[in-house]
This record gives sequence, structure tokens and C-alpha cells, in this order.
Amino acid sequence: MIGDYTYVEFSSILAMQGFAGLSLFSVFVLMALGLAIIFGQMGVINMAHGEFMILGAYVTYFCSLFFQEYLPSLFGIYFFIAMILAFFVSGALGVVVEWLMIRHLYKRPLDTLLATWGLSLILQQFYRSVFGAREVGVTLPDWLLGSISLTDIIDVPINGLFVMAITLTITLGVAFIMYKSTWGKQIRAVVQNRTMAGAVGINTKMVDRMTYGLGCGIAGVAGSAFTMIGSTGPTAGQLYIVDTFLVVVFGGAASLLGTIASAFTISQAQSTMEFFMSGSTAKVLTLLTVVGILMLRPQGLFTLKIRR
Amino acid sequence: MNITRLFDRSEWLGFAAIAAILLILFPSVIDIFRLNLVGKYLTYAFVAVGLVLCWGHGGILSLGQGIFFGLGGYCMAMFLKLEASTPENTSIQSTPGIPDFMDWNQLTELPWWWEPFNSLAFTIVAIIVVPSILAFIIGQAMFQRRVGGVYFAIITQAIAAILTILIVGQQGYTGGINGITDLRTLLGWDIRTDSAKYILYFVNVILLLGVVMIAQFVKVSKFGRLLVAMRDKEDRVRFSGYNVSDFKVFIFCLAAAFSAIGGAMFTLQVGFMSPSFVGIVPSIEMVIFAAVGGRLSLFGAVIGALLVNFAKTTFSETFPELWLFAMGGLFIAVVMAFPNGLAGIYSTYVKPLIARILPNEQKAANAAQATKVPTKALAE
Amino acid sequence: MTDENSENKMNITRRHMLAGMASIPALAMMGGALKASDYPTAAVNTSGLAVTDDTVTVGILHSITGTMAISETGSVQAEKLAIEQINASGGVLGRQIEYIQEDGGSDWPTFAEKAKKLLVQDKVASVMGCWTSASRKAVLPVFEQYNGMLYYPTFYEGLEQSPNVIYTGQEATQQIIAGIDWVSETKDAKSFFLLGSDYIWPRTSNKIARKHIEKLGHKVVGEEYYPLGHTQFNSVINKIKLRKPDVIYAIVVGGSNVAFYKQLKAAGIDMTKESPLLLTISVTEDEILGIGGENIDGAYACMKYFQSLDNPNNMEFVKAFKERWGDEIVIGDVTQAAYLGPWLWKMAVEKAGSFDVDKVREASPGLEFNKAPEGYVRIHENHHLWSKTRVGLAKPDGQYELVYETADLVEPDPFPEGYQ
Repeated sequence: MIGDYTYVEFSSILAMQGFAGLSLFSVFVLMALGLAIIFGQMGVINMAHGEFMILGAYVTYFCSLFFQEYLPSLFGIYFFIAMILAFFVSGALGVVVEWLMIRHLYKRPLDTLLATWGLSLILQQFYRSVFGAREVGVTLPDWLLGSISLTDIIDVPINGLFVMAITLTITLGVAFIMYKSTWGKQIRAVVQNRTMAGAVGINTKMVDRMTYGLGCGIAGVAGSAFTMIGSTGPTAGQLYIVDTFLVVVFGGAASLLGTIASAFTISQAQSTMEFFMSGSTAKVLTLLTVVGILMLRPQGLFTLKIRR
Repeated sequence: MNITRLFDRSEWLGFAAIAAILLILFPSVIDIFRLNLVGKYLTYAFVAVGLVLCWGHGGILSLGQGIFFGLGGYCMAMFLKLEASTPENTSIQSTPGIPDFMDWNQLTELPWWWEPFNSLAFTIVAIIVVPSILAFIIGQAMFQRRVGGVYFAIITQAIAAILTILIVGQQGYTGGINGITDLRTLLGWDIRTDSAKYILYFVNVILLLGVVMIAQFVKVSKFGRLLVAMRDKEDRVRFSGYNVSDFKVFIFCLAAAFSAIGGAMFTLQVGFMSPSFVGIVPSIEMVIFAAVGGRLSLFGAVIGALLVNFAKTTFSETFPELWLFAMGGLFIAVVMAFPNGLAGIYSTYVKPLIARILPNEQKAANAAQATKVPTKALAE
Repeated sequence: MTDENSENKMNITRRHMLAGMASIPALAMMGGALKASDYPTAAVNTSGLAVTDDTVTVGILHSITGTMAISETGSVQAEKLAIEQINASGGVLGRQIEYIQEDGGSDWPTFAEKAKKLLVQDKVASVMGCWTSASRKAVLPVFEQYNGMLYYPTFYEGLEQSPNVIYTGQEATQQIIAGIDWVSETKDAKSFFLLGSDYIWPRTSNKIARKHIEKLGHKVVGEEYYPLGHTQFNSVINKIKLRKPDVIYAIVVGGSNVAFYKQLKAAGIDMTKESPLLLTISVTEDEILGIGGENIDGAYACMKYFQSLDNPNNMEFVKAFKERWGDEIVIGDVTQAAYLGPWLWKMAVEKAGSFDVDKVREASPGLEFNKAPEGYVRIHENHHLWSKTRVGLAKPDGQYELVYETADLVEPDPFPEGYQ
């Protein structure tokens, strides 16, 4: 016996709580990855990140309606198509926004913050006017519902596993793009020394635009995946914004590995504390700890050595 | 420094114009209902003036000014609430004499840290000191380690989020999400009457003009020039032997104190305080007021706060479903097309015109042109 | 409340109800139009309200922008529908109702500001509005100072009783006690896990629930709060699994709601099996739209109105609502309560024979409304409504199926002795 619980119960809970921590971790990674790319690459603070996510969620919603209506036989796989569409729709909007707005502001990072905040207001109202003020419910295919029962107590949620799988795929995909592809090399070259990168013939403007699009596209996929576990409504994007920024900043802005490490640390801390105390207290303590650590180590967990 | 040298001649004109508009024009043409609204908008101008100093001149963007605005407002609200919660007024409660929300949350006595707020003198000191101390702690921790720019913005934002969750969660001590409401009198003087609102409006304007003067004093002093130097080339200032972080902490605390005064005046004029003025959204909106007015201009900040809020009220009355579009568009337009805000438009287009009409203004205009920070310098 | 007492109250209730039904034939409510010429404007409006010989102006004050717009849309629609119906049936004292709609923008000072505008500039005769407690608390001093009348539709935490507000939704004890009695009697529930969003309504409600649960001799095995807008509930779901309560008593609101039910279902808690059973007081049909019927299938909700209620008034109301606002729309508890506002005001005005707020206030207590979609309601001396409390079972199509309703009207008790 440990406390009021039997040994079996306790170890099951440990396992379940570990799993809860892991799903929170994958949610954080998914949220933060797009932002980390944009912030790390261009120093742009995208306050509209949440709204790009919700765009992906709405795409998923309309996909589910479309498949229910016209292709009910393929409903089981619509989610994959929805995610791909979400990537391209959010990504395309990202490219347009970069072209119209962001590219004029690269020299003023703090101003991108304000401009993208304005953008987020416009997008929110756009969603509200076009899709309605109410939240919409996204119907999931049956195989994504329910859980796998391992023991009496341990149930592993299938959608949790699915989010983890998506996170893993996208992280690997991003890692591949950043470290193996030509484009990724160009991106990293531009981050490290924009002038030199331009001098050796890299089209830095195009790299910027595509990177911004990539970041927004990943936000779209994240939003699509979150329809499984969260709400879809005009202002739902706002729920994620503080957590997302903290994860990115805590990780050290320019480092993808840092983002992942920080997502891991924050999610584990939060889910462990949530188990021992009330959710509100746990949240405050987590945020306080992160802010406290950032005050001591402002550069975040990991930093790239770059010439400024 | 001689007070007449605080402003140059055209600035004196501007200051006089603003004072005349706020003290004479508005009260004589606007009814008390709208005037009270103007008063409310002007409380945000306190924050915007602080932001002009710390963001426009010092390059420190805080997305957490709502923290200080809220703390100032809560200090004031605590005093007023205690005054409203006399044992006679609260005789239906199980513990008369404590604020109603405490009674609902089974508190049977006033928490110790509420006690001092029975005194108006203590409250007035606390309004300035409490936010300044918090600003000092945050600033000291971050500027010592040379955290700046975007990092500082995001961390202050997180602190605003934390404070909101705390206030909402500790409802027995803070009134929770409803805030501290139903405030009636200040030392027996009913603040809800029309005459009280007139008086509070004038107090507010005079305090604001005072704050603008203090800010102007800081701006034109040697310290103000160092601030700009720090913003543009921090390292050079440091290598010249100045302790950069101390300056930054000071200016951040000053901005926090300004915000807190605004918050206290807000509570007095609106009659309640709630966590919705502490969080991220109001904090960012306050930055926008400063941006629209012109991040380098103190008068611009005042005008920006007035105009944006006026637009917000008008839009939401006339086209309620479209006002977010308009607000969002305004943000983007100001940032992209007019980084110096309305004040920038004024000094680029209007001022030369005035200078041409009034030749002896020419020198002042030239001088202003010379000290104007080029857009490039806004880059970090 | 002792047994003797409640017996007494029930008798009064029944008597009043019968009397009410006999004295006001249902049709007269809609059809018996009064002529404006019988009520000269100077006589019915001695306090300078916006009343002319053919019109009277009221205010509608809700958020149509911001985070609360999601919830408040339904209330606005219901209030407009009620006003249109009243106008079609001859108006109030022979005058057509005109409304001025203001947006609170999900921002409490804006609510106060707009309330003041409605009362001071527009001189409206009454205001239908507010949704959150915070917005009501913000406008309350304004209504008291300028002597306005507010019809407030939301179920809320109680602890308030203003002469300037008629609360058309239920206060906490009405909603909670009957539900817990029901679940402990019919479902033999002994242990409860209380869960809520972290703000005043869930906290106050859970406090009342805890007191009542303990009074019944049952156990509360956990009580948890999460910040508004929280989206990750895996940890608390684990705790629920570990403590194995008979009932999860959930008062989660807003976007968190969606996340909570989706994650509950994903974690293998099948609510249709009722072990544990889930009882909520915060999920109306409106919220289910966002949650998805399949995710909340099998949960019980305890409130005073469900769209599926099978009575002629409700059939008519639902039909009219859908004709006016579209077939897709669902109607939740608060929407119905908002619909009552204009009707109760009309009846009070006609009983008083005056638009003056003081006379309307005087005429309000004891007013009976037979045509309410939820059935017969009556205004209590304390400005809340006597109403039945009902338990509904959530179905996959997003509707509730009525499984229980109190035999009598439940007395509103905003300051419950022994529950504070």
C-alpha cells in the first residue's frame, strides 16, 4: 500500500500519468514547432499563430462535413486528407501574409508582434462572421474514438496515440527538411548570416517567405490535430498562445532541439504537479517556474551561437 | 532645470492645446456621460505615456502594463471596498464588516494584508509603491542578465497571465473573476454622482498633465538622451561606463508607477476593478494606444489613447460586428505605414506647414527634425 | 430546509399554480391586446422613459463580439423573438416594442458603459441582457443608481438579490439540490468528484453541492478547479479513475468543456455505462454543438429547460424559434430563460398599468406566466423565478431526453442558510 492506494493502482496511475505527460508533451511540440521555426528563423513574433491553428481546425471541420455528405465510404480516412489540406491552406495564408505584411517588418521584430496581433483580431472576426460565433463540433471517424484497455485501470486513448504519431512524423519531417534538404541548408545559412547567404546566391527573400509558410502550415496541422482533443471556435486559438510562446522562449529561440526539450520539461512538470494539486495551482506554479528560470537563464535551455 | 525650458515653444503650444481641450473644451461641450467615458479613456493614457518612455525611448516593450494598471486599480478598489463594507451596510452577512465576496467565501475576518487599506494615506502610497516594487523585481532580474526585446515582451506577457489566474483563483481575497464591485464612497464622498464624476474627471486630467510633465522632464534630461542611446546602441553606452541595467530598471518602474496611477483613477471613475484589466489583451491594447499616438510622442500617447478608445466605442455602437476588423486594420496600418503614429504624421506633414506660416517657428521645427529618430533606428 | 417547511411550500405552490391557470386562459396572453388610447402616455410614463403614443423602447445588452459571443447569441435571438411575438400580439399597453441593441463586447466596463447609455441617453423602459456574473456585477450599480430594470437570463451562483434585476434563470440551489437528490435516490450514488472551471460560479455551486452531499451522508472524494480556457484534462481524468467516484459532478465551461468531454471519452470513460455517472449543470444544448453529441452521450444534465420538453408551449416556442432563426439552431436553458424576459416585463407593465420602473417592480412578485416553454413559472418576492428542476440524459443527436422533473416548483433561495 502506498497512501490510500494499492501497489497495482499506484503503478497504473504512474503509467497513466506518464502517458498524460507524454500527450501534453506532443501537444506542446505540435503547437510550438511552427512558431519556433518562424521565430527562430526570422525573429518574427507571430501573435496570430493561434488563429492559423484554428484555420486548420476549420478546414478539418469542413472536410468532415464534405466527406459525410459526399464520400461517406471514405470517412474513415478523411482526417489524413484534412490534415494535408490544413497544411496547405494555413501555409498559403502564411505566404500571403508574409508577402503583404511581414516582409516589410523584418527590421522591426517588436512591430511584427503588434501587426500580427492586429492580424489575429481580423482573423478572429473573419471566422466569427463567416463560420458563426458558436463552436463547431468535428465528427471523428470511429477508429479514432475510444481507447485501448491494457488493464482495469490503464486505458490508452487512441487519439492521444494518434497525436503523438503526428507529432513524431512532423518533427522528423521538419528535422529532415532543416538538416538534410537543400532548402533547409539555405534556411540555416540565412539564419546564421543573412548577408553572406545572399552573397553566395541564396534567394533570402524566397527562403523567408517559404519558411513563414512552412511555420504557418505546421500550425494548421496542429490545429487540425487538436480538433480531436479541444474546441474549434473563432477565439479558441487564444487559448494556446501563452503556452506556445513560453515553450518556444524557454527552449531557446533558434533551436528546434531546445523547443522539444522545453516542451518536454514544461509538460512533465505541469502534469506531475496537476496530479498532486488542483489544476489552477499547478498551472500558476508551472508558469512561475518557467518565468523564474527564464529570469536566471534568459537565453533559454539551448542556444545557437550566432554572430549578431 | 528651468521649467520654461522643459518644452520648446511648439511643445508648449501642444501642451497648452491638450490642456485646453481636456480642461475647457470637453467639459463644456460633452455631457457628463460621455465626459466620464473620456475620463476612462484618459486613464489608459497614463499607461501609454509610460510606454512612450520605456518602449519608444528606452526600447523596452512590455506586454504586461496591465499588471501595474491592475495593481494600482486593485489597491484603490480595496480601500473603497473596505469603506463600503461598514458593519451597517453589510449587516445581512454572517460576518458583518468584511467585503461581501469574502463573506460568500467563508472568510470570517479580514486578511491581514487587507487591514492597512483602511487608511487612505497608506492606499495612495501603495498605489505607487506596490507596482513599482514588482516592476523593480522583474526589471532587476531581467535587465541585469541583459534580457531584452522580444524575450522581455513575452515574459511580461506570461506574468500578466499568471497574475490573472491568481486573482481569479483566489476569489476569497480578490473577488475572483467578478472583481471588486459596487464601490460607493471615498471618505464619505459619493463617487457615483454626476458632480463627483466632474471632479474626478478634472483630477484625472490634472494628474495626467502632471505625469506628462514628469515624463517630459525625464525625456529632455540627460537621462532621456542616454535612454535613446541605450535603445539604439546599448553596448556603446555600457562601454562608456554607464550601468545600463539600472537605467532600464528605473524607466520600467516609472512606467509602472504611471500605469498604476491610471489604474487607480480608473477604479475611481468606473466604480469597479476586475481581472479583465490585468491580462494579456488589455496589456497589448495599451501598447497599441501608444503606437497609434506615436511611440515617441508624449502628447501622441494621450491622443492615441483617446482616439482608439473613441473609435472602439463608436465602431462597436455603429457596426458591432465589424469593429474587430477595424481595430485589427488600424493596428496593422499604424505599424506598417506610420511607425511614428499620429505624432509622426504631424511632424512630417503638419509641422512644416505651420513653420512656413509662422516663420519664427522655423528654427524650432528644424531642431525637432534634427532630433527626430529616423525610422531605421526603430530597428533593434 | 426541513421537511415540514418544504411540505408547506409545496402546498402553496400547487394552490397558486391552479389559481394561476384558472385565472389566465393561455390564449388571452397572446391575443388580448390592449389599446394604447386607454393608457395615455402621460399616465403610464411619469418618469421620462422612452415611451410614445405607439411605441416603447427597451434595450438588449449582450456580447456579440469577443469570447462570450458564442454563448450570448442564443439569448439575443430569444429576446428578439419574444419582442416580435409581443408586437404581433398587440404590443405592451397597446404600444409596439422597439429595441436598441448594444454590444457588451465580452468586456465588463463596456457593459457598464452601455448600460448607462441605455438608461441615461436612450431612457429605455427595461433592459434584457448580460450573461456572465461579472458583467451583471458590473452593470448592477448602474441599474441601481439610475433605477433601471434588468432581466437577467443565466443560471448563476446566487448570493444576490437586487430590486433592479429579475433573474429569469435559476440560482445555484435550485439547480443543484434537486439534481443531487435525484442522483443519490435513483442511482444510489454515494461518492462524488467535484470538478469545475476556476471562477465564482463553479466554486460557489460546488460548495453548495458539497454541503448537500455531506448532509445526505455521502462522500466527496475530490474537488478540482482548472483555469478558464484550460484544454488539458488528462491528469484529472486519471485522478477520477483512481478515486472511482459514483458521480463526476462537472461544472466546466466554455472551450474547456469541449476539451474535457472529448478527453474523457478518449480515456475510456463511457458515460452511457454510468460508472461513473456524469452529472453536469453547465452543458446546455448550445454547448453540445461544440462538444459533439457523440462525445457526451450518456451524461446527465440538471437544469430547468431542455429543447426536447414535451409540452404544447414548448412545441410552439421551438417551432417559432426555428422559423425565425433557422432549422439548424438549438435552444438551451439560458436561451429559454432569455425568452421569458420580455414576456415577464410585458405582464408586469400591464399589471401595473404603467411603464414606470417602480411600479413594474411592485407588480412583478407573484406574476405568473403560463405560456413559458418550460411550463408555468412565477416570480418570487426575491425576484427569482419559482421553476421546476429537470434532469436530462444527453443523446448522440445533441438533445437531452427528460428523465426526471421535480413534482413541484422549486423555491429560489439566493442566500441559502446552511449552504454558505
